[in-house]
Amino acid sequence: MKPSGHDLSKLSPKCDIRIQREDFDIAAEITRLTRGRTDTGAVVTFSGLCRDEAGALSALELEHYPGMAEAEIRRIADEAIARWPLTGLTAIHRFGRIRPGENIVLVIAASAHRQAAFDGASFLMDFLKTHAPFWKKEHRADGSEGQWVAAKEEDDDALKRWEERP
Amino acid sequence: MKLVYFSWIRERLDRTEEEVELPETVATLGDLIAWQKTRGEAFEAVFEHDRVVRVALDHAHVDDRSEPLEGVREAAFFPPMTGG
Repeated sequence: MKPSGHDLSKLSPKCDIRIQREDFDIAAEITRLTRGRTDTGAVVTFSGLCRDEAGALSALELEHYPGMAEAEIRRIADEAIARWPLTGLTAIHRFGRIRPGENIVLVIAASAHRQAAFDGASFLMDFLKTHAPFWKKEHRADGSEGQWVAAKEEDDDALKRWEERP
Repeated sequence: MKLVYFSWIRERLDRTEEEVELPETVATLGDLIAWQKTRGEAFEAVFEHDRVVRVALDHAHVDDRSEPLEGVREAAFFPPMTGG
């Protein structure tokens, strides 16, 4: 989807989508997004980590659909760029085996002012959780067969708040 | 057509992908799901709960079961996503 009504004299927003096994460096990613332009006044970052509950989890296995994951996140990012005056947007999602305390996902939204950056980052995360083709399987600390993580209804509910927004 | 499977659907069907020759009567996504149900016990069990199985055609989500399959190269079947 192409953004409409944007001032063509402005720099186009930077958009960087990556699906990778490796960890990411949040500070380096902020620099990469804001470097070389002076029209950014606000940067919001969200990072999602692998969370343990009561020592039961040894790791999460993140499975993804390689052909589709990047394309789907790019579609969501394009929608965010069309809805808010963002100067940049980064989304990095890891796959493979991830241990408690390690990073899973990073979203960075940059804009001239903070509200668009907050909204853009939040919108991207809400759609990423329900639309990006990733699945988590638990590996348990006691070595027993882990479960696939079930989708949450509140993730679908979170989408609804964007229906009536700009 | 290439069929690919993810998460517990991949495990239940014991395959990550396969190339299939579809009968001529299979024209829509709904037809494809109905055909999958005829392929043995594991398939029947997975596709019985039709709305739990999400589908992507050539890497795009498709909800509408009346979507035509003409020209589609790859269909993916998976449960609700849990990334992020």
